[in-house]
Amino acid sequence: MKMNQEWKKHGIELRPGMRIKGKWHKKSYVIKRKLGSGAIGAVYLCELNGKQAALKISDKGTSMTVEVNVLKSLKKVQGNRLGPYLLDVDDWISPHGTIYSFYVMEYLRGETMTSFINHHGREWIGVFMLQLLEDLERLHHSGWVFGDLKTENLLILHSPPRIRWVDVGGTTQIGRAIKEYTEFYDRGYWGLGSRRAEPSYDLFAFVMVFLHVYYPKRFEKSIQSEKTIFKKIDDVKSLSPYSYLLKKAILGKYQSSYQMKQELIDVLYRVQNRRRSKNKKKRKNTAPFIVEAGGITILAVSYYLFSLLL
Amino acid sequence: MKKGTLKQILLITDGCSNKGEDPAATAALANQQGITVNVIGILDDDQTEDPQGLEEVEEIALSGGGVSQLVYKQSLSQTVQMVTKQAMTQTLQGFVNKELKQILGSNQSLEDLEPEKRGEIMEVVEDMGETCDLEVLVLVDTSASMHDKLPTVKEALIDLSISLNARIGRNRFCIFNFPGKRKDIQKVFDWSPKLDEVSTIFPELTSGGITPTGPAIRGAMYQFGKNYLRSFKDEDEPGMEEAWN
Repeated sequence: MKMNQEWKKHGIELRPGMRIKGKWHKKSYVIKRKLGSGAIGAVYLCELNGKQAALKISDKGTSMTVEVNVLKSLKKVQGNRLGPYLLDVDDWISPHGTIYSFYVMEYLRGETMTSFINHHGREWIGVFMLQLLEDLERLHHSGWVFGDLKTENLLILHSPPRIRWVDVGGTTQIGRAIKEYTEFYDRGYWGLGSRRAEPSYDLFAFVMVFLHVYYPKRFEKSIQSEKTIFKKIDDVKSLSPYSYLLKKAILGKYQSSYQMKQELIDVLYRVQNRRRSKNKKKRKNTAPFIVEAGGITILAVSYYLFSLLL
Repeated sequence: MKKGTLKQILLITDGCSNKGEDPAATAALANQQGITVNVIGILDDDQTEDPQGLEEVEEIALSGGGVSQLVYKQSLSQTVQMVTKQAMTQTLQGFVNKELKQILGSNQSLEDLEPEKRGEIMEVVEDMGETCDLEVLVLVDTSASMHDKLPTVKEALIDLSISLNARIGRNRFCIFNFPGKRKDIQKVFDWSPKLDEVSTIFPELTSGGITPTGPAIRGAMYQFGKNYLRSFKDEDEPGMEEAWN
């Protein structure tokens, strides 16, 4: 986030090797290295009894408590884990006597979606769309909206590749004002909707996430936001099978992620069938397409079927 | 818990005051009246993050019980809404802390509770922040140096209104600029639930380099008194104003 540099109190710098001992639960963590920092606090890789974990620390106790509350409520959502698993919540008193709040969560290791798709091919787009919609569906179903959904808050874990949420600090109860957002992903910024937490708010950001993969430098707002975003969607060949869905989500026409997911599954089937029938007519020239289209669909559909079994 | 109205002054400036009383003193006075004073100092692109002339920004917010932030104009929109929301939480938390002291004894505050209990209390604070009514008086410095920043200020204020109107609680905004033609402050836009394009037209800029920030805050303070009789009166319970003091 651009604002971080301008944000006043950065809090503290922890050095590798430092020990952070909790005031309440007395657990002692050894700091390994810094993983990143955000508007609220910094995240470090740490170790407890030989096990790695991520430790977020900040002098903004209030905001940290709010984040912990979110992580706790996500724990209660049934099924796969939505956010990182929360391990400990405590305070640390620095040698200078300042009190910092920290919490420790599961350390997720993976790669960004952009780099994954660049390395492994665009057939993964449909898969990740499906995975993300499924997670959003579960989250929305339990009364929450992700809020600050953006590429930086997502990670692709390996074998099997699975999209995971790393920062859930913006998660907001449905019907309330979105707690945290990033302009590029925010429909309010584009003038295409309110900042009230509704499923359609996340679905707008969903589209921007996949656009960001192809526009790593993002793009500027203009007076006709809708036209600009539509043009950007149309300009990306890899997104063309989904362009109808993506545009519908930009306009807020999906009431639920379930609805969007169903249409995505239809698209994935249709792409496969069309390519297959084409293939019968001119078998020679289209061989690469079959491989590709078939690949997308088989991956996506088998993932979907597999997830139904779970 | 009773629903209440939070009152805030949001001062947007790019320089030091140079006329009239100390703005930190008037901010303290406003705070005494139950009004929080937040200050945003806009930096010029070539300024460092620790510029001269903007030291008082933090001072004013501190005595005004509010939040301050120095920011380049590019990030103004996000900062304006973040500062406003942070200040709301801060005020509500202060209120909760007071209650806690009454229940738990004089030395107890939120930080003295173990993290689990703190979480439950923050949920209450969040609920209050979402549902309480809010009045924001925006006080914009329109001295000559602000010239190229005003379009951004306008955009940020409209954006603030989008953010706050997504809440469940009701909002009232008004905009004043200073220095006014003959007065300390001048009304740009009267109390209203929403800010939009039309409502945020700033008058011509005043030249001469006078920045009477102190008197402006004092002037702004009295606008809440006027507003109190008019706004929200239809649905409010009697005595709710006291709930926050």
